[in-house]
Amino acid sequence: MYRSHVLVCGGTGCSSSNSQQIIDALETEIAAAGLADEVKVVKTGCFGLCALGPIMIVYPEGSFYSEVKPSDVPEIVQEHLLKGRIVKRLLYKETVQENNVKSLNETNFYAKQHRVALRNCGVINPENIEEYIAVDGYQALGKVLTEMTPQQVIDTILASGLRGRGGAGFPTGRKWSFAAANQADQKYVCCNADEGDPGAFMDRSVLEGDPHVVLEAMAIAGYAIGASQGYIYVRAEYPIAVHRLQIAIKQAREYGLLGKDIFGTGFNFDIDLRLGAGAFVCGEETALMTSIEGHRGEPRPRPPFPAVKGLFQKPTILNNVETYANVPQIILKGADWFASMGTEKSKGTKVFALGGKIKNTGLVEVPMGTTLREIVEEIGGGIPNGKKFKAAQTGGPSGGCIPAEHLDVPIDYDNLIAIGSMMGSGGLIVMDEDTCMVDIAKFFLEFTVDESCGKCTPCRIGTKRLYEMLDKITRGEGTLEDLDKMEELCYYIKNNALCGLGQTAPNPVLSTLRYFRDEYVAHVVDKKCPAGVCKHLMQVTILTDKCKGCTLCARTCPVGAIEGSVKVPHVVNQAKCIKCGACIEKCKFGAIVKK
Amino acid sequence: MKSLEELKAIRDRVKNNVTLRKEDADAIRVVVGMATCGIAAGARPVLAAFTEEVAKRGLTNVMVTQTGCIGICQYEPVVEVFQPDGKKTTYVKMTADKAARVVTEHLVNGKVVEEYTIGSISNLK
Repeated sequence: MYRSHVLVCGGTGCSSSNSQQIIDALETEIAAAGLADEVKVVKTGCFGLCALGPIMIVYPEGSFYSEVKPSDVPEIVQEHLLKGRIVKRLLYKETVQENNVKSLNETNFYAKQHRVALRNCGVINPENIEEYIAVDGYQALGKVLTEMTPQQVIDTILASGLRGRGGAGFPTGRKWSFAAANQADQKYVCCNADEGDPGAFMDRSVLEGDPHVVLEAMAIAGYAIGASQGYIYVRAEYPIAVHRLQIAIKQAREYGLLGKDIFGTGFNFDIDLRLGAGAFVCGEETALMTSIEGHRGEPRPRPPFPAVKGLFQKPTILNNVETYANVPQIILKGADWFASMGTEKSKGTKVFALGGKIKNTGLVEVPMGTTLREIVEEIGGGIPNGKKFKAAQTGGPSGGCIPAEHLDVPIDYDNLIAIGSMMGSGGLIVMDEDTCMVDIAKFFLEFTVDESCGKCTPCRIGTKRLYEMLDKITRGEGTLEDLDKMEELCYYIKNNALCGLGQTAPNPVLSTLRYFRDEYVAHVVDKKCPAGVCKHLMQVTILTDKCKGCTLCARTCPVGAIEGSVKVPHVVNQAKCIKCGACIEKCKFGAIVKK
Repeated sequence: MKSLEELKAIRDRVKNNVTLRKEDADAIRVVVGMATCGIAAGARPVLAAFTEEVAKRGLTNVMVTQTGCIGICQYEPVVEVFQPDGKKTTYVKMTADKAARVVTEHLVNGKVVEEYTIGSISNLK
């Protein structure tokens, strides 16, 4: 029996900052101190506070160490594990008060969070099925198979109000009931783990931190609709998630929780993995199923909907990872429990991947209806370097930018659509005053142009033309007429593209045109980029009254564009300048400006 | 997996493996002095005995942890029990056997084992 558990994050974020080395060092040091029988090291999934990784929590004290380096390990073992003296200098700053260590749950980052989908991430060892069973894992599957009819399962999910967490927010129970109503010799349950939005990583964290919850939920879905085979379509760029899913499937089969005659009820269900090669369009449901079938991942028109003719022409349901992660809890705790969280039309919680210009980069799970302000300012810790909030981008390349005036809108599916964005998978990129909104729209369009599969013309050619117009504007060659043409093209693409990728691709342009039209106008009419991002529209100049002639900038300039002699104000040769900004960073007198 | 009972049996067997990871403000804290003086006097087997007994009885509301020197080195191994209401009991000159009795009488039944406490002359000799 271990008296202490040391949990180290083994998610992708902390792994890339060497958490595996920390685990190795811990095991060596613990063995050397003779504590191997007393202290257990557990590699868990993501704790969420990725900005401060690698993260380590020592129980039973609950000490939360952040930014741990392998060289800190001997001190942790000698002081904390051997002598019981918490290493205060490594504690997460917010948990340390005078002579007192606060609980993690009282810190700003965690206090407003409510973990349902992420409840086991950072708590259990994802590579050990027994730890999942210890926290009531597979109890929901047992309850469903032994006590409930398929219809009761669907009714429970319907009553809970759970909606798809992958983007569009279709009610999960309705999807299941359609597939259940269609008779067929074979039906399929699919899991969409092809998380491709730039900046979104919640599905990856669930797969890495709690893979069994997805397997359990898929088996429950299989029972509800009458399917015996499931597929998880996961991107090959998620090697840790793939590895842990493989382990989880193997263990579940060994324990008889997947396979034949589960719980002696005669119910058969098995799951296979399919790895995606990284095409963004394969996150679209029809393209995903085409890819599983072994064809090039291209969407096809709907109807027929997957619930009628899906994978291999059989009735199929496809849900997102985070959607599945909610299902076992709904079965165990009841639809009312789930429906008690959130807003009128959006129940439960939502995980957001916070990124961009924000202090606490990481994963947060909050009840639906939490305002953007709470997420950005309280949980996220605000914008670094005293900059001002400008906009938040939700929904990735399919979503839009939310300006400061809408910070207090409670976030749910319908409110986000009303203000011109969408929930998407939950990526939330925060932008400060240094961000150019035209440039952001161009960035997302460049992404969709790259990722368009090319099957339908509106998307293949429309997004390309849209990108070209944006590029023209950022080069200062646009006209006001272009803005109107762009808007018209946006609506044309939205109405005519074949799949969700094309239908939502113009959203970044439309939402920035809606809220930041003045920036577009500044680019077109004044030939200026107000944020100083678009290189063609700005000049680096030296203010003669502030320049002391120290020559530092001239020595820093990589292209030799700054001319002048010692103690005489310098000048920038605009023909040579590449606007990299290196001189601005070096100048001690604030004499160089971009405008 | 042939039945729900089988799953429940596994859960009950492994549940204690993760209860340590819950932060519970209402837990009874058993703190064992593990400074040089404590370890030299035999605090390690005492700590192990507490951990094992607590696990064996499946006490989920008890947290066993260690601390540095309390300052009464001549009475080591020293064990302090903090109750959620703030009440503190200090046991001195502990052994693994005494630890087992403290778990049974104090932690389970709520009755302080007076003869092992610092207030009891019999234990100071």
